[in-house]
Amino acid sequence: MRNASNSGGAQVASQGSASSEAAAVPLSVYDLTVAYHRKPVIWDVGFDIPAGTLVGIVGPNGAGKSTLLKAVMDLIPRASGRIQVFGKDYAQSRRRVGYVPQRETVDWDFPVDALDVVTMGLYREIGWCLPVRKKHRRAAMEALERVGIADLAHRQISQLSGGQQQRTFLARALVQDADLYLMDEPFAAVDAATERAIVDVLREMQQRGKTAVVIHHDLQTVSAYFDHVVLLNMRVVASGLVGEVFTPDNLRKTYGGRLTLLDEVAEAMRNQERSL
Amino acid sequence: MNRRVASFALGWVLAGGMLAGGMWPAVAADRPPAQAEPRRSLTDRSVAWPSWLQWRGLLRLDDYNTRVVVLGVALLGCAAGMVGSFALLRKRALLGDALSHATLPGIGLAFVAAVSLGRDGKSLPILLLGATVTGLIGVGAILVMRHLTRLKEDTALGAVLSVFFGAGVALLGVIQQMKGGHAAGLEAFIYGKTASMALRDTLAIAVAAVLCIGVCLLLFKELKLLCFDEGFAGARGFPAVRLDVVLMALIVTVCIVGLQAVGLILVIALLVIPAAAARFWTDTMWKTFVVSGVLGAVGGMVGAGISAVFSRLPSGAMIVLVCAALFLFSMVFGTVRGLLIRGLHRTRLNRSVDRQHLLRAMYELLEASAGTPHRPPANGLDVDGSAQQGTVAFDELLATRSWSSLRLRRAIRRASRAGLLERRNERIRLTEQGVAEAVRRTRQHRLWELYLITYADVAPGRVDRQADAIEHILEPEILAELGALLDERRWEVPASPHPLGVGGVQTSLGDGAQRD
Repeated sequence: MRNASNSGGAQVASQGSASSEAAAVPLSVYDLTVAYHRKPVIWDVGFDIPAGTLVGIVGPNGAGKSTLLKAVMDLIPRASGRIQVFGKDYAQSRRRVGYVPQRETVDWDFPVDALDVVTMGLYREIGWCLPVRKKHRRAAMEALERVGIADLAHRQISQLSGGQQQRTFLARALVQDADLYLMDEPFAAVDAATERAIVDVLREMQQRGKTAVVIHHDLQTVSAYFDHVVLLNMRVVASGLVGEVFTPDNLRKTYGGRLTLLDEVAEAMRNQERSL
Repeated sequence: MNRRVASFALGWVLAGGMLAGGMWPAVAADRPPAQAEPRRSLTDRSVAWPSWLQWRGLLRLDDYNTRVVVLGVALLGCAAGMVGSFALLRKRALLGDALSHATLPGIGLAFVAAVSLGRDGKSLPILLLGATVTGLIGVGAILVMRHLTRLKEDTALGAVLSVFFGAGVALLGVIQQMKGGHAAGLEAFIYGKTASMALRDTLAIAVAAVLCIGVCLLLFKELKLLCFDEGFAGARGFPAVRLDVVLMALIVTVCIVGLQAVGLILVIALLVIPAAAARFWTDTMWKTFVVSGVLGAVGGMVGAGISAVFSRLPSGAMIVLVCAALFLFSMVFGTVRGLLIRGLHRTRLNRSVDRQHLLRAMYELLEASAGTPHRPPANGLDVDGSAQQGTVAFDELLATRSWSSLRLRRAIRRASRAGLLERRNERIRLTEQGVAEAVRRTRQHRLWELYLITYADVAPGRVDRQADAIEHILEPEILAELGALLDERRWEVPASPHPLGVGGVQTSLGDGAQRD
């Protein structure tokens, strides 16, 4: 991962050092293949995420970015491959992983306020069947303060703006004080203030030695926000330091296939129209 | 909310349609004439008004039997309301409907099996066991159809629901022909009949209801998380599938246990209506849960009570009607999302917008008449005795924008009551407080206009209209940011970026149209 490399190279390099620093590597993915209805969504994906880095996952729509994160967390079955989180199975390291799902995945009309949502990040720590106590609410409140919306703690979540909803989700992951954060498009359709707040939180996390893997769609800001990048389009096109890997050439490879296909489709439609 | 209301309405229409369609009489008509005790057809709904004594007896719950039944059904309603609040949020409510309809063939089969084995065909445990089995088969059929084919869930649901129910009706018809098949009484499961509930059965229902409530309370936090964000629950290591099974089991239990009291057609209403009604009163899950339970309990209690007095009315219908009344009440008077409160909020917002428009119009007119457009008109308002100084005529105000004179008059009356304006004959002047507010509002409006012109490339002629739409929701932080961005001194009102004057809005609109 330190060097620019293709997927195959990345795995080989990592497997050599896996045993010695396994505990330190927050996330290792080997040969991961995931399929929906037998159609592969991601294919033979492998990379390592070094500790204390901010990693952007970049790729076109349908490249399998969300699928990758879900496969890491065992939310969907994988056809093949192995995933290690801090050198162990995900189930064993679960406590150290914070997840920020896409905003659209939930019903924002749900009868909960922002504080309630953040408290959900602690349900595992609170334990089965036990009620939420004052200290948990206090911790949740602190997390809301970190993302700058403590004053909205008691607002029903549909009355929050999109950016505030995203910050609520971020706070829910922060409250569990994980070491590795997996974020699915946290910057999608948020206001400038929220974008700044999220970036600040990411930087602060990095300073405390945390690692974040962030699905990102805005190519303009990749170099500014992340130090590592994984270019994904079903397969890993390239992964490594932003300065080395985030090149026009690699980007063309990542986005290229799809675009040519679109061109072909457009051409076919034009032909059809002409023939009518 | 819309989806929830829609599912409620759908359940209601389904139930109503079946009642109105009279599916039952077709079967009931063939039934052999009554035996020793004069049994009435279910279609015989002649109602005798109960005596005062009966009413009093009911209200005081004199009769032990009535007391147990009413309390049992109240517990059932409470459990259904609580389970329903989760089922609704998990969008599983209609699955419960399919399940309850699919219980009918099971009831018939259990009866046939029990009779042919020489047992009592009307033993409740056996009947409910049969009901559970086919109910679950029905749900299974839906899941299989959805999984194996490309059919949508509602299609699968509609098909399974009607086919199973049809099979059940046919089976009951066959049972009527059976020798020794004293099937009369099975119809209680369709419409619900608390009068047919034995004491022992009622106690069993109450116990099951209490168990359901207990499970809901114990797993409250986990079920809430499952309903809100399944993916996150899974990522955090909660067994989403198993929790889903628990929720489904709760729904099944409530439906099965409610068959006797509410009937299989209407039991869905007990799951859906209280939960939907509760949402009008609160914005938190816990309160939704509790209110839903209370509404369900009240619905069950009152409904069962009424049907105890009007013994010919099926208790299921009574329970559902009471619940529906509670729903309507909640929809109108609910303190959080009720129609009244929302109407009130809207009126308040409209009034505040009107006031802002009024103050800005005043400011702009005064600004124009003072001839010093950049400075606040405060000096023009010094009370120096001259009547015309710093005042505006009503007609001038009316011409500034397209508001009706009634609306303007009302806005003026409210503003003067709030101490922002003073009326002198037909002329109006701003008070000190009014000037401050008018300056603030105008500044907001113009800053936003400048922003739109400078940064969003909006033509000056159109900017007034656009700023008009947005300025009322500008928050203080955004305003501060605007001021900093446009490098304006804090309290100064910038000059209007477009020509003002009588009919300013219209002028600028015309302007804009030309630019297009």
